[in-house]
Amino acid sequence: MNFMASKQPENSLLGPEADSQRTLYPYVTGTSVVALKYKDGILMAADMGGSYGSTLRYKSVERMKPIGKHSLLGASGEISDFQEILRYLDELILYDNMWDDGNSLGPKEVHNYLTRVMYNRRNKFNPLWNSLVLGGVKNGQKYLGTVSMIGVNFEDNHVATGFGNHLARPILRQEWHENLSYEDGVRLLEKCMRVLLYRDRSAINKLQIAKITEEGMTISQPYSLKTYWEFSAFANPAQGAVGTW
Amino acid sequence: MTKQQANWSPYDNNGGSCVAIAGADYCVIAADTRMSTGYNILTREYSKICKLADKCVMASSGFQADVKALQKQLAARHLIYQHQHNKQMSCPAMAQLLSNTLYYKRFFPYYSFNVLGGLDNEGKGCVFTYDAVGSYEKVGYSSQGSGSTLITPFLDNQLKSPSPLLLSVQDAVTPLVEAEAIDLVKTVFASASERDIYTGDKIEIVVVNATGIRREYMELRKD
Repeated sequence: MNFMASKQPENSLLGPEADSQRTLYPYVTGTSVVALKYKDGILMAADMGGSYGSTLRYKSVERMKPIGKHSLLGASGEISDFQEILRYLDELILYDNMWDDGNSLGPKEVHNYLTRVMYNRRNKFNPLWNSLVLGGVKNGQKYLGTVSMIGVNFEDNHVATGFGNHLARPILRQEWHENLSYEDGVRLLEKCMRVLLYRDRSAINKLQIAKITEEGMTISQPYSLKTYWEFSAFANPAQGAVGTW
Repeated sequence: MTKQQANWSPYDNNGGSCVAIAGADYCVIAADTRMSTGYNILTREYSKICKLADKCVMASSGFQADVKALQKQLAARHLIYQHQHNKQMSCPAMAQLLSNTLYYKRFFPYYSFNVLGGLDNEGKGCVFTYDAVGSYEKVGYSSQGSGSTLITPFLDNQLKSPSPLLLSVQDAVTPLVEAEAIDLVKTVFASASERDIYTGDKIEIVVVNATGIRREYMELRKD
């Protein structure tokens, strides 16, 4: 997403009153979501923070939700837009269930639906300000994909949003391999989340890890990571500059 | 009160390069598999190539969401064509459709840089090259995308295509044999990935000939 200021109005075909209806910037935001494929399915982690600019306004925001029987959605970005997306998906899953034909939407289908929704909103210059991670297992097939607020989407063995792309993906590229065990997967995710905690100022030390397999989905209770602050650079930071903080 | 300026852009460039070379009875279409944004790599295994019809393959680089939407549009239109005409669309027909589809969004373009390759009705290779708003031309070879400035001069040197401005229209199709063309494509991508940061990871090469469509891959630099 680039922050270029347009020289001419982008929406010159509509009057100024239409501007109040369009998304200009996000208000309450969630930070990174990180997810990876492991032996039995998908593991996804996200912290529980909802920031209001630089204020930490909400500390128990669940940014990962189950969708239908086979999928798990994690979101970063505007929380209210995430809630709107959950409403759309509720309706989608409801209609899917109402067919009552033994068939159900898998993660690939839900991801495709979300991609279309995000792209269409971007076309109307009124985006849903989220980066979404969609993971799931259906009929033994693991699926992990992501969609951005302008509709850019892809699937991969590990994905991350926001800062996670800068800090977590390199770790995952180095250490991810096929058929990770559950413990190894969690350890790897925690390693990523710990780096994010140290270096992303909007991250908080209260996270959940969600697991989805053929059997179903579980979300852990919120917990915090152990952090290490005894590095010599952190001890006595005012050394050499008395009076600083 | 000054008008609010948008602080987001509906476009992004996901990078990558595409190449197509037409031969006497084949067509080679190739693209790298890297998808990037800014200075980040999003994924190393993303296909930019889409089979539109039996003998017609498109490779596109640019803004991936627009590319996907464009591919979907063309696939849907092709299906309708098949229902109405009871046959596959020929490559020149698809070329015109692609041009019209792109121009339709002239005032909010698909940020997609395409090369279309395949066999025409006589089984001869053909390549069509496009800009983002649908201006197109039948050529003997073409390259689009972030590496095109590095690739095109080299192809010009190797394939010496006659200018389309010559009065007696000359055949642009290369006299190279299929294996030689594939080798050229591999060479060209290997060079491009040395200097273009958005090109790399892997090449996906699709070959269309009388026997059908086949696919092969080659590893590239990952940096």
